[in-house]
Amino acid sequence: MNVEILARIQFAFTISFHYIYPPLSIGLGLVMVAMEGLYLKTGNKMYEDMTRFYTKIFALIFGIGVATGIVMEFEFGTNWATYSKYVGDVFGSALAAEGIFAFALESGFLGVLLFGWNKVSPRVHFFATVMVTLGSMFSAIWIVVANSWQQTPAGYHIVGSGLQARAEITDFWAMVFNPSSVTRVWHVWIGSFLSGSFLVLSISAWYIVKNKYLQFAKSAFKIALVIATISSVSQLFFGHRSAEIVSEYQPAKLAALEGHFEKSAPADMYLFGYVDKKNEKTVGLKIPKGLSFLTHGDFNAPVRGLKSFAPADRPQAPNFVFQSYHIMIAIGSFLIVLTLFSCWLWWKNALFNKRWLMILFTFSVFLPQLANQVGWYAAETGRQPWVVYGLLRTSDALSKAVTANQVIFSLILFTLVYALLFALFIYLLNKKIKYGPYGKGDIDHSPQHKIMAEEIGTL
Amino acid sequence: MATFLGIDYATWWFMILGAVFTGYAILDGFDLGAGALHLFFNKESSRRIALNAIGPVWDGNEVWLVIGGGALFAGFPPVYAAVFSAFYVPFMLFLTVLIFRAISIEFRSKEPMAWWRRMWDISYCISSATIAFLLGVVLGNILLGIPIDKDGNFTGDLIYFLNPYALMVGVTTLALFMMHGAIYLVMKTEDRLYTKLTILVRNTTIFFSICILLLSFYTILYIPHLTNTIRHHNWMFLIPVGMVFSIANITRQIARHKFIYAFISSCVTVSLLLIIVAVELYPNMVISTVNPAYNITVHNGSSSEKSLMIMLIVAAIGVPLVVAYTSFVFWTFKGKVKLDEMSY
Ligand code: HDD
Ligand code: HEM
Ligand code: HEM
Repeated sequence: MNVEILARIQFAFTISFHYIYPPLSIGLGLVMVAMEGLYLKTGNKMYEDMTRFYTKIFALIFGIGVATGIVMEFEFGTNWATYSKYVGDVFGSALAAEGIFAFALESGFLGVLLFGWNKVSPRVHFFATVMVTLGSMFSAIWIVVANSWQQTPAGYHIVGSGLQARAEITDFWAMVFNPSSVTRVWHVWIGSFLSGSFLVLSISAWYIVKNKYLQFAKSAFKIALVIATISSVSQLFFGHRSAEIVSEYQPAKLAALEGHFEKSAPADMYLFGYVDKKNEKTVGLKIPKGLSFLTHGDFNAPVRGLKSFAPADRPQAPNFVFQSYHIMIAIGSFLIVLTLFSCWLWWKNALFNKRWLMILFTFSVFLPQLANQVGWYAAETGRQPWVVYGLLRTSDALSKAVTANQVIFSLILFTLVYALLFALFIYLLNKKIKYGPYGKGDIDHSPQHKIMAEEIGTL
Repeated sequence: MATFLGIDYATWWFMILGAVFTGYAILDGFDLGAGALHLFFNKESSRRIALNAIGPVWDGNEVWLVIGGGALFAGFPPVYAAVFSAFYVPFMLFLTVLIFRAISIEFRSKEPMAWWRRMWDISYCISSATIAFLLGVVLGNILLGIPIDKDGNFTGDLIYFLNPYALMVGVTTLALFMMHGAIYLVMKTEDRLYTKLTILVRNTTIFFSICILLLSFYTILYIPHLTNTIRHHNWMFLIPVGMVFSIANITRQIARHKFIYAFISSCVTVSLLLIIVAVELYPNMVISTVNPAYNITVHNGSSSEKSLMIMLIVAAIGVPLVVAYTSFVFWTFKGKVKLDEMSY
């Protein structure tokens, strides 16, 4: 395999692994803000226990998020040196802003959130929780702005040519508010809120199924359900906006998302299907001319298809783009139905009566996770063969000094390390959940260690 | 290029970058050092105290590395591209140990079993020491220069970076951080552990002094391009003089049990060391050993003026904020470590 493929696999693998954790951190942070806010408002001890319990889970997730994020930061330089030189002038400022405005905020206040319970007043502690959550939301803004600039470049000009060419910034705000950034930030945020709230829903539903900590679980479930419902419904809106922007700025990607080949004809919308790249056609269950209607409000409006692009300018794996996109939409629709149905049951006071529903919620935690992953796959592989849409090809973006063996080495290394990391994560998460919020003492320190700790305190 | 206070933007960014990496070395330096000393503590309780002394702050400290990486990417993209692709393998190792260190701190207290804790203690200690060492090795190579061609692409072989000079800088960095970390821990501990640490402070200070002495001789004798600037600007001799005094002051303050002052002295030592590095490198950022014409300098390697100016504004808004809440966090956790149920 050549360096290009390997470097892409490596990047895709490491970013996908990283992206398991940020949405959980952001979303769980928001749920914890709601919980601790309720504690401050009502003074009810249960909400404090709730916040403390989820803080521990948060710490676990956040820790891995940080550890895997630092890899990403340096991978642009190690694997994509030409790309880094090309975009650094524009893109670097977003990355630097991320470090200063977002990471420093979240990591700074994280200490207070995790260890400050007995050091600061409840109000200050709440402030720290809010700051950590805001910090993680800000970090999403900057990195997503950088990514959106790659999708829909704006506010730059090209200097030099050939290997020396690079983009230079001309208008900072045009770069920040490039055509797709605002919508993409919202879409990513809401995807994160879904991840976090479904984690809480899943844990609570499991307790309810097991008949444990009922009061605690039910009230956490309701808090998370409110967030999940609002998010799933608004996600439809921002998802639709995203599709409109794609249709305007990235016609080749849109054609791949829907498997539309004809040069210029009304386009169908598929519920599911298969894109046959070789024979240049798509089969499946479809709403005829649906895409034309959704993008132009007119069933007969022509849409540019893949055939109108030179083969070298088409996404290489249209079926992959298509499937990823459709899985996301299927999940999105399902989450809307699920949350609205649950709200209706809640209103009828029958939310917790249905055991099958609780079992469904226990497993549904995987759905937003999957949607987040495939959403990125659709957006990123649909952008191919460009790294910076229309400007820089992925094949040109590589580090010239890096050899295939080096990339294989790091790929194996990260596969091993991440497998270990993931196993530990699942093991510890599972243990924390099983142990529950009201376990006597603290699982983290056996009684013996408690005694030791006390001795030290009095020595 | 446009200037501000008579200094051009690219040079301003060089200085800001220097300041960020100095901030990183001072902050993460003490927690890496504390980690490297971890296995010197034998009792479970001592290890927990040492770990919790850095518990609430280490993550915030590490962010300075992230900011530094971002600032390098933004301010000097060719440097970022050249350095990271040249040191591909060492950086991958570096990232791996960085991961191990983070999870060792995080996971150690999650199980009560002795073997579990010992395993993470070892991983924590080794990874901390390795990070410090590798940082030094990279610095050493930057000082010495690396074989890059005119497009900034590395042409050396895999083990190029393992040269004696770089290894020596690596050991010196480790020694420096161990000393720095020991002083920090002394401030945060009491009783028996405290007594033990005062001895460790003395030993690590001696270790560091020996290393820095050897390194200085080596540099002066064999690497002339690293002494040019100071040789030609006599007043700059004050920098190494200041460094010697600040090292001496560490031992003096330790003897007087004024650990805060000792810690400040060791911060000053770190800063002066990095100032020497910056002064000697400037205006080069990556020295090409193939041909001096391929050197990436502050001027041919910087982003456009517009970009630098934007980031100057970003830094002007961001840095005071970061300093403000970093101080808030340190202030919240001031004083000796007390373990409670939320501790690691
Ligand atoms: C939607 C948001 C999002 C996306 C798309 C990414 N990240 Fe991330 N990242 C976060 C959201 C986030 C976060 C929520 O802020 C993290 C994750 C978990 C955490 O606890 O902080 C984080 C941590 C994190 C850290 C450690 C920060 C620290 O020390 O506190 C770095 C250096 C990066 N990320 C860098 C990247 C890079 C270079 C990415 C792209 C290739 C990237 N992240 C994608
Ligand atoms: C966090 C969610 C993200 C996921 C899951 C994701 C996924 C992917 C995948 C699967 C690829 C490989 C595409 C291919 O080779 O066909 C890729 C490539 C890439 N992405 Fe992303 N991405 C994410 C975020 C980002 C962000 C935030 C940036 C930049 C700020 C970014 C920049 C890149 C670059 C530079 C490449 C390499 C070139 C390429 O192969 O296209 N990605 N990403
Ligand atoms: C409900 C219907 C949905 C629609 C119509 C929709 C639409 C889209 C579109 C068109 C894109 C590609 C944007 C681009 O390439 O510029 C996208 C990307 C993405 N989607 Fe969705 N989406 C939906 C639901 C969801 C859900 C439920 C999640 C997560 C829980 C999600 C997460 C993502 C992510 C993370 C991306 C990549 C980032 C981005 O490009 O915005 N989506 N979505």
